[in-house]
Amino acid sequence: MDTRLQARLALEDLNARYVDCLDQGRFEGWPDFFTEDAVYKIISAENHEQGLPLGVIDCRGRAMMRDRITALRDANIFEDHRYRHIVSTPLVRRAADDEVWAETNYQVTRIMRDGSAMLFSLGRYLDRLTGAGEDMRFAERLVVFDNKRIDTLLVIPL
Amino acid sequence: MPTDGSNESGAVRWPRADNTRVPYHIFDDGEVHAREQARVFQGPCWQFVCLAQEVAGPGEWKNTFVGETPVVVVRDETGGLNAFENRCVHKGALVCLADRGRAEHFTCVYHNWTYDLAGRLKSVAFRRGVKGIGGMEDSFRLEDHRLRPLRVRELCGLVFATFDDDAGELEDYIGPEITARLRRVLNRPTRILGYHSQYLANNWKLYIENVKDTYHAGLLHLFFATFKLNRLASEGGVVVSECGGNHASYSRRRTIHADAEYDSSTLRAARDDYALADPRLLDSVDEFGDGINVQILTIFPNFVLQQVENSIAVRQVLPKGTEETELLWTVLGYEDDDEDMTEMRLRQANLIGPAGYVSLEDGAVGGFVQRGVKGAGDAASVIEMGGAGDASQESRVTEASVRGFWRAWRRMMGD
Ligand SMILES: [Fe+2]
Repeated sequence: MDTRLQARLALEDLNARYVDCLDQGRFEGWPDFFTEDAVYKIISAENHEQGLPLGVIDCRGRAMMRDRITALRDANIFEDHRYRHIVSTPLVRRAADDEVWAETNYQVTRIMRDGSAMLFSLGRYLDRLTGAGEDMRFAERLVVFDNKRIDTLLVIPL
Repeated sequence: MPTDGSNESGAVRWPRADNTRVPYHIFDDGEVHAREQARVFQGPCWQFVCLAQEVAGPGEWKNTFVGETPVVVVRDETGGLNAFENRCVHKGALVCLADRGRAEHFTCVYHNWTYDLAGRLKSVAFRRGVKGIGGMEDSFRLEDHRLRPLRVRELCGLVFATFDDDAGELEDYIGPEITARLRRVLNRPTRILGYHSQYLANNWKLYIENVKDTYHAGLLHLFFATFKLNRLASEGGVVVSECGGNHASYSRRRTIHADAEYDSSTLRAARDDYALADPRLLDSVDEFGDGINVQILTIFPNFVLQQVENSIAVRQVLPKGTEETELLWTVLGYEDDDEDMTEMRLRQANLIGPAGYVSLEDGAVGGFVQRGVKGAGDAASVIEMGGAGDASQESRVTEASVRGFWRAWRRMMGD
């Protein structure tokens, strides 16, 4: 199997486990999909395309991701809700032995406690990955969302 | 529907002469909303429309709103700022469709009516008809028509506009104490780090009440308390302008700064008590040199300037119908920031915005009120923390600035 195909299969599996973790509310497991000093950033396409660095969530390293989850669990106040992610087949831009660059489209439906559901976020994951097979991790995951207007608040990672 | 307030339509049923009771129907009554668009947003108040740097060069323009009215701000050939309604005088279509751009003139796509950078009508397609047949009557004069202008002023790199000459001069409108606190933060050229747009399921006034209400900060936002970061329990106060509508609340870091015994190694040791896995989030510097680590400032009706540690932002609060609001954040650094300072501001940006550790709750709480007051009839809120008046106070456990907002709003509405 060529490197790109291997990378695609590994990322497909990683994406599937990633969205399962978030959608089933096992948030404590979320930082484990990243390398220790990984970047996780949610940024609007508007900012991204203008070269503006501001993100909605901007974690530098797994420790900051853990803080996000602690705050979500114990500090922040919000109405109960969950996500359902739909992700596309990844497009592998480049696959080297030790690093992979890839993009995956996503849509997130947010389901509120009263049963109402809305298309909450859609866009692209722009990823840089290290490791192969089941050891693949995000060294960088940029969540670039197209619908720049965020409804009410964002507290669960995308 | 009458919007001039000349009869009872849209009148607010105030239970008291003072502002300690605000009737809930004020947040979901469509007639109040229509009257408010006319009397407040098109009335004698200055409204933030954009940053001067967003329309820096000749012909650069930005689309925005004053209340619900679409407005374009543009820099003309001489460097002056103009603003006018984004509505063609012919059939009412939007003239500018993009968020921003650069133009030598504006042309409505519908029938090609063309305007200069001051909004004056310059040409009408087929004005003389075709081969002498059709076209406008000779009595039609271009100079009788223009996009409806607003008066524009710039202060500290912020652009404000008003439809009404009775708004007076901008600095008089803001008042000296609040102007000084605006200058304190916007004391040098800024750099835009990015934008957030947040959509709230509540009337715009509920968000303004939330921003003006310093009492809720330590109660609703539990981030600092949970992580035992007792930074907000320090001294502070609320300054309310003479008109009531503008305010600044501030808190001062506990007096750990500048003392020789608190060298950097001691501070780092103290961090072991933090429950934050990565305490770099709270790295900050006293960049204004006065120990004030949080300052929230509002200018009536809908402008907010925020300093939370070194996170600086302006917020434009835009009504979208009676029960929805768009909150537009422009997050700032300064031109003289080095790379480390920019990184620090970006880390601290996690505190604010739609996912901010100490602000995300504000996106939801207005909706809790909006849903809570359905069917409330003539019931009203109870706003008595810190008394019944709206004078400045040396405490943040007060709702003085909320009462001040309602005093200003009532006066403008003629209530
Ligand atoms: Fe708040």
